[in-house]
Amino acid sequence: MSDFVIFLIDAAVKAVLIIVGLVLGFAYTTWLERRFIARLQSRVGPNRAGPAGLLQPWADALKLFFKEDIMPTDADRIIYTLAPAVTSVPALIVLGVVPFGGQISLFGYQTTLGLADINVGVLYIVAVTSIAVYGVVLAGWASSNKYAMMGGLRATAQMISYELAMGLAILAPVMMAASMSMSDIIDAQQNIWFVFLQPIAAVIFYITILAETNRSPFDLPEAEQELVAGYHTEYSGMKFASFFMAEYMKMIAVSAIFSALFLGGYRFFGLENLLGGWMGPIILFVKIVASLAFMVWIRATLPRFRYDKLMAFGWKVLLPLSLANAVVTAVLIVLDIIPSFA
Amino acid sequence: MTPGTVLFLILALIAVASAIGMLTSANAVHAALFLVINFFCIALFYLGLHAPFLAMVQITVYAGAIMVLFLFVIMLLGAERISLGSTLRWQGPLAIVLVVLLLGVTIFILFSPQIGSQMPVPEVWTAAQAAGDAEFGSPASVGLVLFERYLLPFQMVGILLLVAMIGAVVLTRDELKTGRKRREAQTAVSPDGQTGEVGEA
Repeated sequence: MSDFVIFLIDAAVKAVLIIVGLVLGFAYTTWLERRFIARLQSRVGPNRAGPAGLLQPWADALKLFFKEDIMPTDADRIIYTLAPAVTSVPALIVLGVVPFGGQISLFGYQTTLGLADINVGVLYIVAVTSIAVYGVVLAGWASSNKYAMMGGLRATAQMISYELAMGLAILAPVMMAASMSMSDIIDAQQNIWFVFLQPIAAVIFYITILAETNRSPFDLPEAEQELVAGYHTEYSGMKFASFFMAEYMKMIAVSAIFSALFLGGYRFFGLENLLGGWMGPIILFVKIVASLAFMVWIRATLPRFRYDKLMAFGWKVLLPLSLANAVVTAVLIVLDIIPSFA
Repeated sequence: MTPGTVLFLILALIAVASAIGMLTSANAVHAALFLVINFFCIALFYLGLHAPFLAMVQITVYAGAIMVLFLFVIMLLGAERISLGSTLRWQGPLAIVLVVLLLGVTIFILFSPQIGSQMPVPEVWTAAQAAGDAEFGSPASVGLVLFERYLLPFQMVGILLLVAMIGAVVLTRDELKTGRKRREAQTAVSPDGQTGEVGEA
């Protein structure tokens, strides 16, 4: 076989692995969230379907498949149908640049665990997250329902406001590693994680990814008490499930990105080289699960932001803080006070 | 044809189709979405030209920020249902004349041997090509060119953007102030203690 064909098969297998991982991860993130939040609220949670409720996601999926697919009379038919897909795609593709392991050898074939290690990896992530809002906005608009529309508008305003702080927070690890490639950033954290060197950037980044994924306390686009269900009020069946799926896949994806940028990614001080390199994905998996559990914990703890407070917090606190952090980091690196891992 | 050419032709077709779709859609939201598709095609063209940095910036800035803001404004105003009617009808023939002129000039430049051979190629580009493609278009090389060779224009654009930003802030603040004054005036004249909020909408 020619090199090109091998490259194509290699990339296709990794892409399918990432997508299957995300979809399975989605199913069990819903289980994790429901079980864990139940524990936090002194309940038991779903425990009937299978041992410890492990088959619950499959039961839910089966139910949603048989739901009636409703199309509102005044809906923009094409966009209404496309919106769930448009929401899911960014969640599925964003992990393409994040390495989930080092060099491994499979039946004598050497390969790196990670789909594409491009030199604009961080920019790719920023680009994909910036277009992630389209699905929500279009769903809200195409439903021709005022609550859905309000949800869509809120999502837009929220995304634009928190995207800036997110970009500036990412700048800190980029400057420290002197590279925009995700594997370089992970390699730069071999000895110490950036969460310790850049705590402010890490906290800002985590807050903004909660806002970008519409997670509590930033779940205003789907605030039940005010907007019925926000942008997906009119959706049912598998179209509704797609929105649900996109939200949880985004949670997994941003957790993986946070791990790569601030928690050393698949590395754990040399431990990732065990099992012939297969320890790397396991380490990353543990970090992602920890981050997901943290998100659920936050949801169980914090009440939702009021809308004006959300805007004020984004523009008047996070943005100036992340800007100041970026400037200070840059100056300190130029003065050689903190090391740059170039 | 190489795979690259086939890919280019497919993308070009989508780009032109989405541009035409954008011009002919009566619904403003549909027009905006066609424009987003067009921006994506352009980003993919940049990728094909070994300029990944530019491609990602194109998506982030145009598709991710500007068009999202456009959609926001269109939806907020409900402007997708407003028809412009016949007020812009005179622009059609004028646009056709201008397009024919532009197309003529482009074809003339592309196919005339005298001008074509003298087309200036930027020094940076040839240097990068001589050095090999690996670093060409990478964030580091773009940054170096931007901050060394084109530092002054870069700074001037920065100042222009800052002025525009301050302008936008000042404009909205001014509206707030006059709004408050008008409200105070209305509160003053209304005899039965009504706040005059109705006139503000």
